[in-house]
Amino acid sequence: MTRHWIRSFSLAIGLGVFALAAQALDVVDERGVTVSLPQPPQRIVTLLPSLTEGVCALGACGRLVGIDNYSNSPNAVLALPRLGGGIDPNVEAIVALRPDAVLLAKSSRVTQRLEALGLKVVVLEPKSHADVRRVLDKLDQVLGTHEAANIWRTIDASVSAAAQSLPAGAKGQRVYFEVNSAPYAAGESSFIGETLARLGMKNIVPASLGPFPKLNPEYVVRANPDLIMVSVRSAAGMEQRPGWSGIRAVREGRICRFDAAQADVLVRPGPRMDEAARIMARCIAEKAG
Amino acid sequence: MSRADLMPTHHRRRVWLVGLGLLGLGGALALFGLGIGSTGFQSLLAARHDAVALQIVWEIRLPRTLGAWLAGALLGLAGAVAQGLFRNPLADPYLLGSASGASLGVAVALMLFGGSAASMQWAMRLGLTGAAFVGAVCAVMLTLVLARGVQQTLRLLLAGVIVGVVLGAAKDLITIASADILQALQGFILGSTGLVGWSACAVMAAVGAACLLLAWALAPVLDGLALGEATARSLGLPLGAMRAALVAVLALATGAAVAQTGLIAFVGLAAPHLVRSVVKATHAGLIVLSAAMGGLLLMAADLLARWLIAPQELPVGVLTAVLGGSYLLWLMHRRSARGGVA
Repeated sequence: MTRHWIRSFSLAIGLGVFALAAQALDVVDERGVTVSLPQPPQRIVTLLPSLTEGVCALGACGRLVGIDNYSNSPNAVLALPRLGGGIDPNVEAIVALRPDAVLLAKSSRVTQRLEALGLKVVVLEPKSHADVRRVLDKLDQVLGTHEAANIWRTIDASVSAAAQSLPAGAKGQRVYFEVNSAPYAAGESSFIGETLARLGMKNIVPASLGPFPKLNPEYVVRANPDLIMVSVRSAAGMEQRPGWSGIRAVREGRICRFDAAQADVLVRPGPRMDEAARIMARCIAEKAG
Repeated sequence: MSRADLMPTHHRRRVWLVGLGLLGLGGALALFGLGIGSTGFQSLLAARHDAVALQIVWEIRLPRTLGAWLAGALLGLAGAVAQGLFRNPLADPYLLGSASGASLGVAVALMLFGGSAASMQWAMRLGLTGAAFVGAVCAVMLTLVLARGVQQTLRLLLAGVIVGVVLGAAKDLITIASADILQALQGFILGSTGLVGWSACAVMAAVGAACLLLAWALAPVLDGLALGEATARSLGLPLGAMRAALVAVLALATGAAVAQTGLIAFVGLAAPHLVRSVVKATHAGLIVLSAAMGGLLLMAADLLARWLIAPQELPVGVLTAVLGGSYLLWLMHRRSARGGVA
């Protein structure tokens, strides 16, 4: 029995060494395209903040050589060259960095151009809680690290902890999360809505309306939410909107205003989603007390 | 009767001089363009021994610079054809609805990118470029159907405006349904030459050459039309067929430019006016010179776009509007000060 165990163990090691020798890996990205990387990339460009944060969460921050204009976390990336917006970044600046992998979102317009110039492009775009886990796994595969499972467990546990930290009376409140003052809302099916659901909140925008529907302000008045969440930028004048002074949340002053840095954390489907849950939970507890 | 007979010799010589001047200026700017970008002139100096620097100069800057010239030339050509065809100095290449058609095409493609796997496969194959081209050409065809052909200029113009508004509204509906495409769509609407590669250059050059030949051959119709439709008809020209061919030139040239570079504002409107302010020419000369002028204008704007805030970039469409617009305003101001009307 023991000998058998030793034999399979050495076989496993042998296979491992073999795998290290031929480290070429094929990654199927979100386009369904198989990208073959000769080895785990050492010079990486990320063009989406959540991907930048994902790479860093997996401990590969040092392999980043360039990021998009909106990536601003963690602090280690702040000194890196900025290559423009994620959707239409500067192609020349990317090529000049000689990256061996470029990670970007589906909506980026440069994918085909970069591939035509001979770069390896991996398209990954997290949009939901499940995506965050899936993208972490994919990044793990690309980077050749083995951290994703651990990190996901930690994130998931801290989201649960944030939910448990809420007083019983704060749960089940009806929440309206405004993305901007058009007004676009974050519905149940959005990433933000999923976090709210984990915190035991009830979203006034059902999943059937889509992730980020443009609402009629009247809809919010009629739904009469107990709590409103909004970024500082679009919060101005909310009380003066016609009819809004009657909304319970406005009347009782239960409006969570998030500053720009907090708003960044809240809207990004990345490894800081536990921090997002804590930010929301803190405000919920504050306003409930 | 050859059209050269319509003009005195010194005018003809002036057309040639202006044409050569525009091309020469374009060539000089193109050389300059090789040295401008996020990494500056050092890429040019290092290109001989550094593969990446060579790639940057040869596969990014050169096609991009040429592509900007070609797209500008297509728009300038389309602008000259449109202004002649509609006998209206305010006409521009986007008049028949191609701009809104192209942005609707892009909006649909972007929406499909986010959709199911099957729809995404389809959208990927066509690409944003293909979608924009199909959208632009379909919009012009729709305009033609609504106007019941090309016989009546005014009806054509009106149908073009209506198609533009309706397709624009359809695009807005799509962006409201899937708000996450808004930013990508904005990029397309502002226009950019940053993604033009050699293949895009080849497409634009081929379409441009065909359109230029066709427009040049059909230029006498435009000269005739300038004297009024009755006169044009009395010259014995088959107006219907030739108009249809000119609309085809307009649609193809605009569609090709828009598909590769997005909605670049003002080049098509300004280029023919700039040419007219320098030289008097028949439509044959005007079309060729407008192409050269449009190319020069867009290439210059593209150089500025990557130079002004390097290593970042401005959207080139914004610059064309500022550059072309302010020059045109100055021109109008100068003329009205002298008592004439532009």
